Amino acid sequence: MPRSSTRRHVAALSAVAAIGAFALAGCGNSSSDTSAVSADAGPCGTNDDTTLTVGLFGTFGFKEAGLWDAYKKVCPNITIKEDVVEQSADYWTRLKTRLASGSGLDDVQAIEIGFVADVVQNHADQFVNWNTVPNAAADKAEFYPWKWQLASTSDGKTTVGLGTDIGPEAICYRSDLLKQAGLPSDPTTLAQKWDTWDHFIDFGKQYESSSTKPSGSHFVDSAASVFSTAVYQGQEAYDNSDGQPDVENSDGVKNAWAFASQAAQDGITAGLQQFTPAWNKAFSSGAFAALACPTWMMGYIQGQAGDAYAGKWDVAPVLPGGATNWGGSWLGVPEKAAHKAAAIALVEWLSAKDQQVTMWKDGGHFPSNSQAAADPAVANAKSDYFSNAPVGKIFGDISSQMKIPPIGLYDTQIQQALTTQLTNVETKHTSPDDAFSAALDAIKQVTG
Amino acid sequence: MTVLSQPDVQSGEAALRPPAPRRTRGIRPGSRIAYVYVLPFFLVFAAFSIYPWVATAWVSLHDTRLSTYDQSSWIGLANYRNLFTNDFFWNAFRNTITIGIISTVPQLCMALGIAHLLNYRLRGRTFFRVAILMPYATSLAAATVIFAELFDPNLGLINWGLHVVHLPTVDWQGSRWPSQIAVSAIVTWRWTGYNALIYLAGMQAIDTDLYEAAAMDGAGRWAQFRHVTLPGLRPTILFTIVVSTIGAAQLFGEPLLYHNGLPDGGTQNQYQTLGLLMYQQGWTNDRLGLASATAWTMFLIIVVAVCANLWIARRRGRREGRRASIVAAVPEVTVR
Repeated sequence: MPRSSTRRHVAALSAVAAIGAFALAGCGNSSSDTSAVSADAGPCGTNDDTTLTVGLFGTFGFKEAGLWDAYKKVCPNITIKEDVVEQSADYWTRLKTRLASGSGLDDVQAIEIGFVADVVQNHADQFVNWNTVPNAAADKAEFYPWKWQLASTSDGKTTVGLGTDIGPEAICYRSDLLKQAGLPSDPTTLAQKWDTWDHFIDFGKQYESSSTKPSGSHFVDSAASVFSTAVYQGQEAYDNSDGQPDVENSDGVKNAWAFASQAAQDGITAGLQQFTPAWNKAFSSGAFAALACPTWMMGYIQGQAGDAYAGKWDVAPVLPGGATNWGGSWLGVPEKAAHKAAAIALVEWLSAKDQQVTMWKDGGHFPSNSQAAADPAVANAKSDYFSNAPVGKIFGDISSQMKIPPIGLYDTQIQQALTTQLTNVETKHTSPDDAFSAALDAIKQVTG
Repeated sequence: MTVLSQPDVQSGEAALRPPAPRRTRGIRPGSRIAYVYVLPFFLVFAAFSIYPWVATAWVSLHDTRLSTYDQSSWIGLANYRNLFTNDFFWNAFRNTITIGIISTVPQLCMALGIAHLLNYRLRGRTFFRVAILMPYATSLAAATVIFAELFDPNLGLINWGLHVVHLPTVDWQGSRWPSQIAVSAIVTWRWTGYNALIYLAGMQAIDTDLYEAAAMDGAGRWAQFRHVTLPGLRPTILFTIVVSTIGAAQLFGEPLLYHNGLPDGGTQNQYQTLGLLMYQQGWTNDRLGLASATAWTMFLIIVVAVCANLWIARRRGRREGRRASIVAAVPEVTVR
């Protein structure tokens, strides 16, 4: 506890310092974006006292990282009010309702990767197009190209949001459990041993056959963990290049299903459903030794396993089968926002390098702004909790190698259907073929 | 009204007016104001019941998704056709019936027994009466989370107990019948006390003379229960059956939370009820048209089930009534 609070304190201080610097630098160039909005609105989009509402889900961490307070110093006339819904699915339902009725929209609306495709395909005209804002070119240059592309229409002409964080994936593992099983446990060796899913599964079999591993412990948390990572390593995941669901013909689904059901049948998975209480408990109980680990998962592990497991967890600088992403969000401004210009100014400020660096240092949100990812404060970051792993470099390298398949309207539901059936392969020994056709039935219920 | 009309009468002006018309229209004086008094209820009823019913019926005839609500297209009864040829619907339909039976029948029988016991002059009777109502006062979410822990296949208390006494453990989450029993246990636990209290109130309305007379005729407690309590409680029992049937048909919160808030009712939909299916179709799968069709189908199922209950009760009632009249005509027979 003392360590983490100190860390937060330092981060908050540096955030304030960074923001002070930005405020001086930022005021000069942002005068251009005001001209389009109104004659002398200033860098904050307005000179009037304004309360901006920001629609978020879960814990975005802007407030916790002190960014709202910091913005008050940049723009003293702007007050920010968060409008938070706990679950992103509930948030999305509410956002859809508001988009359909055209009322009740916040000035800024968060958009998650799970529904960004829907926003792009069905609601692009209801959001400010970031390709036509005065700072468009500068905004676009900040981000990883794929991050920008995911929030853009296929012709690239309309972009509905500016990126917040991304979720480059590596493998997090319990080095103490691997040691106990008599297996290599240093990240460099493991990076070589886990270069492909086949090798990863072979390693899992060695773990399972170890006579010294803790009884009841398995190598990986779930077949779902393998699947939902490997599926995005294909040319296609759940959708074809037109963004239409096409599960049966996807190379990503085919390969991922083969690896995941292989892992399940080889008995190297703990058979837990992700994000259930039993899975949460397993981070400390040792029911599994490794899992696919996007950056934000590190914070999740720390929260579930607690300080007693600091130094027992580690991060291997590898993802079997190639670099992919899991999660991440954008911030959009509805065309019907009450304070559009001020909202645009706020989103641009939040997406800028210094703020994304702060979000990484204080919240563990990996920057989607590639300049922020290259910043020494991110690139040289190490994690005390994860055995001093050079997480900034690990996830930065993965981010720069990332290939992203097309995404579509129903990816969340399709993935849920497939991973649910993998649980049946793991726990009820359903044959992979039966499970796959059951998943296709469930998917048909979604796609109609 | 009265205050205003009195001066008229006193000033004699009333005599100038024809006093009759109100009465000739068949409405009693002052009754119009009654409509004003009941109006707020019907406004709320119209806004929150009638309008949603009609709107749901309308949506059920369209291919509608929330995300593309303005583009929904008329497809007639296709959603209903889809539903009736849909394995997920029939699975949920079966589950709703089986969970309904497993939860309602033991629940009402136990409630009746408990009420009968509490009707005696027990020491600390008030305590027991309050205690049986406690589960009903417990929040559904809290209760379900606790039950989910108890029934946890790996770490739960129930499987631990089975293990201790060398019985095979049960997959209370993954297997069809055990998981349905577990969900039913939550429902039973929550509602038994509530029904017991309703029965108790019904029992206390039964004339004690009947019990005295029955006792005098040599009827034991069981005979008293069968021949005095049960017939006396018939309307109450009918009420609880109707309410429980509606509740069972709409079962939603328990199976939702039993699978950590996922509306699939288990990895093989083994305890997905119609309520869950509707929610999944509408909010997870974003198919509001299909979900609306499910909603209307559920409504019709409930209406049919309730009518069946009432019809059976009325038939029985008539038969009993006939028997009662025979009994009344030949009183000596009953005594024996």
